[in-house]
Amino acid sequence: MKNLKLVLGVSIFAIAGYFFLSADHIDAPAVSGGTSDITDFYAFQGEDTDNLVFAANVQGLLSPSASASATFDENVMIEFNIDNTGDNVEDLVIQAVPRDGKMYFFGPFAPSSTGLNSMINTSADVTVVDITSYGSNAIVETNGNIKAFAGPRDDPFFMDFAQYGEIIAGNASGFNDPGTDTFAGTNVMSVVIEVPKSSIGGTGTINTWVETKTKQ
Amino acid sequence: MKSIYKIFGIAVFALAAVSCSNDDDFTQIPTQQEPDFSGTYAQNDQMGRPAVNTVFVSSSSKDMFNTTIPTDQNAAFQSMFETNLTGLSPAYANPGDQNALGLDAPTFTGLLATDVLNVSLDGTTTFFDGTNVLTGRALADDVISVELLLIFGGEDGTENPSLSDDHVDANDKPFLTSFPYLASPW
Repeated sequence: MKNLKLVLGVSIFAIAGYFFLSADHIDAPAVSGGTSDITDFYAFQGEDTDNLVFAANVQGLLSPSASASATFDENVMIEFNIDNTGDNVEDLVIQAVPRDGKMYFFGPFAPSSTGLNSMINTSADVTVVDITSYGSNAIVETNGNIKAFAGPRDDPFFMDFAQYGEIIAGNASGFNDPGTDTFAGTNVMSVVIEVPKSSIGGTGTINTWVETKTKQ
Repeated sequence: MKSIYKIFGIAVFALAAVSCSNDDDFTQIPTQQEPDFSGTYAQNDQMGRPAVNTVFVSSSSKDMFNTTIPTDQNAAFQSMFETNLTGLSPAYANPGDQNALGLDAPTFTGLLATDVLNVSLDGTTTFFDGTNVLTGRALADDVISVELLLIFGGEDGTENPSLSDDHVDANDKPFLTSFPYLASPW
């Protein structure tokens, strides 16, 4: 009897958790500050120059100790947008969404609608990677010619942002030489995906940008 | 809202209690749930080129900029960008002033206001390497010094030397030659 009660208790919490999750979309969640804040976006040829790499960083200025406990927000989608017709409207997207310690990358696929609101296309090709824990070697998932990563990384951005602020505030007339990298020693949460150029147009110029979107 | 959660909680408990009282066979225990990918996600933040929102968008408009799709950005923001550029930079104080790429204020801000990264699929990908201009953004690109030069440097790049380079030209850790390219965290 005791065992049945224990199992019953666990199953109630599991069912209740599931219901609470679905009940969340009754309320529009408050716009979160840090977890959907994009710090940077990069797009460059891969080591294999037949591929292109998209990297987006969120949650900037993480100290090492903060990085150990930083997580991706399951309510936040990171969406790479790709225009390959030159009209600045996305023809393809890659959607990255975390669930339960894994990052799911859907695409590249052609979205059925464009703009500010998105739904996840679960019928698109998906690449699933375990999110790398702080301090572990980078876990890389390979899906055909696609490679994917998600986890904490050294912030690749470098700038004397502090001195820029002083200049703007009128407290300094110029930059120092040498300058000091305001972002040295800090980390970000990164998603990185490498895809064949053939899957995003093959040749020519693309226009690309990254968005974070919050589940309603 | 809290009362809704209470009602759900009670309803779930009641459901579970009723469903379990008639049957000893626990087929109601859920197996591993598939992740829930349902729902609509609404835009929060957006980025194309580095530092554009930070430098050119007035503080009261930054949220609006982040939720304006690229095709609407020029009409909504180009004149704000131009006002902010000419107000910020001595190199653009006079009408007709240009930067080292030969762009005057309307043209330069017209380019920047649509905040997308241009990327070539046919060769070197870089923000600027002395030869290639706006063909991508590589991790090691010193994008800030490029942008400072184009904002403050004037026609030949020498007009405001103390503002045209922040003298931080490399990352604090070397990048990786292989995927995932970004360096391990501190």
